[in-house]
Amino acid sequence: MKKKKILKGIHTLYVVLLFVFFYAPVAVMVFFSFNTSKANVVWQGITTKWYVKLMGDGELWAIFGTTLLVATITTVLSTVIGTMGAIGYKNSKSKFAKLITNSIYFPIVIPEIVLAVSLFMVFNQTGISMGLPVICIGNTTICLPYVYITVKSRLVGMDPSIEEASLDLGADRLYTLFHITIPQIIPGITAGAFMAFSLSLDELIVTSFLADAGTTTLPMKVYSMMKKGISPEINALTTIIFGVSVSALLLYLLVDGIRSYRVVRHKVRVRDL
Amino acid sequence: MQKSNEKKEFHRSKKTKKEMLTQVLMRAPMCVWALLFILAPMVLLAFMSFMTKGPLGIIQYKFTTENYKDMADAVYATVIKQSLVVAGWTTLLTVLLGYPLANFIAKVKSKTSTILTVLLMLPLWVSGLVVLYSFVILLNNSGIINTVLLNLGIIGKPLQMLYNNFAVVAGMLYMFLPFAVLPMYSSIEKLDGGLIEASKDLGAGPVKTFMKVTLPLTSPGIFAAVILTFIPCIGYYMVTDMLGGGTNMMIGNLIYRQFTISRNWPFGAALSMVLALIILLMVFIYTKLGGDLDDLGA
Repeated sequence: MKKKKILKGIHTLYVVLLFVFFYAPVAVMVFFSFNTSKANVVWQGITTKWYVKLMGDGELWAIFGTTLLVATITTVLSTVIGTMGAIGYKNSKSKFAKLITNSIYFPIVIPEIVLAVSLFMVFNQTGISMGLPVICIGNTTICLPYVYITVKSRLVGMDPSIEEASLDLGADRLYTLFHITIPQIIPGITAGAFMAFSLSLDELIVTSFLADAGTTTLPMKVYSMMKKGISPEINALTTIIFGVSVSALLLYLLVDGIRSYRVVRHKVRVRDL
Repeated sequence: MQKSNEKKEFHRSKKTKKEMLTQVLMRAPMCVWALLFILAPMVLLAFMSFMTKGPLGIIQYKFTTENYKDMADAVYATVIKQSLVVAGWTTLLTVLLGYPLANFIAKVKSKTSTILTVLLMLPLWVSGLVVLYSFVILLNNSGIINTVLLNLGIIGKPLQMLYNNFAVVAGMLYMFLPFAVLPMYSSIEKLDGGLIEASKDLGAGPVKTFMKVTLPLTSPGIFAAVILTFIPCIGYYMVTDMLGGGTNMMIGNLIYRQFTISRNWPFGAALSMVLALIILLMVFIYTKLGGDLDDLGA
């Protein structure tokens, strides 16, 4: 028994150490966003001047705006197309349908650089100029499989008799879709959309291949600064994004907690009846 | 069974033209997208890999297999070997380090496990690049780790931790371990606890139970983790670029160069094809072993 306890202690310690490994760079980032020195490597004193400078940096905000725009368009496109596809291709059996549903997994399994160069060549050879629309297409291609998979897994877990009941009771497919199917797969759609948004925010390889000279996204900007050392302003901006993400997450957990509490209560009530 | 079949027949016969139209409309966007932006690019990539490089990076549409033969060149062979070594080490370490973590997450309460997985992914969701840059600050010769170790008198002179394979593997572990933990976690969670108890009841010790029951049953999760680490490792050129100091090239960096500095698209396409084929083969084995493709994406 004692041996078991010691083993468990070691296991917990191990997990804690791994988390230290994962959060040390984050701590460094936050720490240096408050550093007086411009050089990122030495600590000189605490300041908020990088946050102030960030607020007045029009170029950086424009880049951030572009990044958000790309992420938003990508999220909408991939969520709509992926959800429709997951519903439409449910129970599909034809060879052609298999080809399509299998190829949707390609962007996940092949390295991003391969996808990037092949998309780049397609647009180059067809004479379509690079830029924002093309970037959105590339980002959507990357995010589409994630939405498809999360929605599909919700659809698979759904009880088919509910849809059948709706159809038997005289509702047409469209009504059933909006009133029965979609409400049930909403968690899958939200999860997929969330994933698409965060993937797109951090997308670099495909975006940099498809960008024209005038388009820069935040990851591209960060990457271009890497060699010389990134400015504390970037640390400040990322710290803000990190803070917002953590808050959003806490909010989500809270809402989810309330919802699951309600579901449990509801189930109890139904059982009582 | 008979009954449900009849019911299905009944529904199929009820399918009107309008319903068929709905289905086609639902499928159309994804179908078009897959054809235009996934399949067509792959076909073009394959086509391009057999073309000839002209002067000044212009492509001559003349069939050749030179691009594939060029890969045997010593310079490129070194890069390919280097990629396999680094990706291999990272993958091995990811599985060895990640499995106990996945096991831990699978054993705690479901609420806690959700929070732990989210905490694990959070640094990457925010910005993998910026966080990765912090590695440079941490591992630098005048960086935090070296400064602390020097001041404590543990080391006499700074350890060279940056711009070598150690830094690259550490950076890659950081980037890909969180993603690899998820499929391992889900396969451990799905494991039937009764089987482990049965094994114990039948007299097998914990090591034997692990080797004969737990490990084989969670192997799809492990293989998914292998794929999820190996693929981006080879292709993700930023980590090598930043932490490897430019001398440690990987296939990803090499492809990137063909499209930027060297302007040799056909060779870049051929390298991409080889990379894609290796990985498709791995995925094929994975599905044959009973792995679910969906586990690679969520």
